[in-house]
Amino acid sequence: MNIFDYVRPATAAEAVSAAALPGAAYLAAGTNLVDLMKGGVVRPSRLVDINQLPGLDSIAFNGDGSVRVGALVRNADLAHDTMFAKRFPAIAEALLAGASAQLRNAATVGGNILQRTRCPYFADTAAACNKRVPGAGCDAQGGDTRLHAVLGWSQGCIATHPSDFCVPLVALGAVVEIQGATGARRVKLEDFYCLPGNTPERETMLEPGELILAIHLPAEAAGFAAHARYLKIRERTSYAFAVVSAAAALQLADGRISQARIALGGVALKPWRAHEAEASLAGAPPGADAFRQAAETALAGAKPSGDNSFKIALAKRIVARALALAAAGTPARVPALPASPFAVIAGAAHA
Amino acid sequence: MSFPVALTVNGVERRLELDDPRVTLLDLLRERLDLTGTKKGCDRGQCGACTVILDGRRINSCLALAVSHDGAHVLTIEGVAQGSTLHPVQAAFIANDGFQCGFCTPGQIMSAIGLIEEGQAGDDPERVREGMSGNLCRCGAYAGITEAVIEAQKTMGALNRKQAERKLVA
Repeated sequence: MNIFDYVRPATAAEAVSAAALPGAAYLAAGTNLVDLMKGGVVRPSRLVDINQLPGLDSIAFNGDGSVRVGALVRNADLAHDTMFAKRFPAIAEALLAGASAQLRNAATVGGNILQRTRCPYFADTAAACNKRVPGAGCDAQGGDTRLHAVLGWSQGCIATHPSDFCVPLVALGAVVEIQGATGARRVKLEDFYCLPGNTPERETMLEPGELILAIHLPAEAAGFAAHARYLKIRERTSYAFAVVSAAAALQLADGRISQARIALGGVALKPWRAHEAEASLAGAPPGADAFRQAAETALAGAKPSGDNSFKIALAKRIVARALALAAAGTPARVPALPASPFAVIAGAAHA
Repeated sequence: MSFPVALTVNGVERRLELDDPRVTLLDLLRERLDLTGTKKGCDRGQCGACTVILDGRRINSCLALAVSHDGAHVLTIEGVAQGSTLHPVQAAFIANDGFQCGFCTPGQIMSAIGLIEEGQAGDDPERVREGMSGNLCRCGAYAGITEAVIEAQKTMGALNRKQAERKLVA
């Protein structure tokens, strides 16, 4: 780990000012950052510790039905907040499907949004990676590409975004509240992430020094609470990143789907919202045929980036199955194995 | 430059001046306080051997920068027994063969204490296994670990009930 300057500002304004120094990074729990620093993957010249900043560690349920979640709320606290989990059960399920209990107790909302890709070539400082060293090339291409992207990738980068939490957030239209030197702004989480294109080193819309203060869920997102699920395929039952995952949320009226929300994880460098697939379900009766068709639409633009064409077929099945699980209804309690395809839910007709 | 860090470790206040902000909570416990019960396995947040209870929550101490936790309360494996009386989780690990080589055991026990206090798993073995999935055991003592956690939870529940009854009587 490189040596760094450590500062602990008392206010958000002081933090933004301290982080204006090139090479500065914000420190929350450090569950991703400290790990990357130990591997020499990132080498910040200054850590700006934001753990003491006031007002960032609470969940606020607003009178208009919207919810603001502070950037320092721990993943476990959000997942186990009864009021939050009742309104946004797919988010709670995704949170509990991620990492381990120890990591969820430490990791924060803001840190989760900003976590870096788990591409092994990014994490290996002996490998070429355009994210780490712009213009260096991408050793992932032609390498071990089983877990790499099938949507939105470029010749410069085929990595995926690892978050579970962000998948239902994107599906439900979450908005990021950002503080910068010149003021605050809000960006939809879906638009917050950049696809790699020719600049894989630019991962988000954040300008240098900008700080995430909170994430907002709009009031209408709670309208999906009765039919919302997260489904995640891992290479072991627990404590592994997604090979492919999907969040599915439905609103049903008179035996038909009035609104659908779908987002995929593990398939692209950002949580992937499937707008066209959502639109295809509006007005349709819920059922295997409609869900299969929506899944085809969601993956219509998919293209393997190496030895990973299986992920396209897998993603279609996961989308269809997540929709079927959502249609069957949100379980009263998050299953013992959250988001697992091995959790048996009575009444869910599997695709 | 020096970084003052005051911690309450197993009920004892410790004041340190760190000469380097890179010191993790794990290294502080092991190298500066000689509390070597907390183990360094992967040192990358993957194995759970370094699990301690920080301000009431189980975390991986290898990923926590000590300088960021000034004022925190830390409970390690050295602080869970009452004199020569083992903590119910320690006793249950022995009774249920919850270990073989013992290297992961302090982390397993601290994680189990955290899991029981979180109160999410109950006596459902599947929820216990899921709740303990952040602690690897390369000897593969998982079956015994799961049984130990469930048994310890019952013992602790009974102890809590007795304490509550005593309070009612007093």
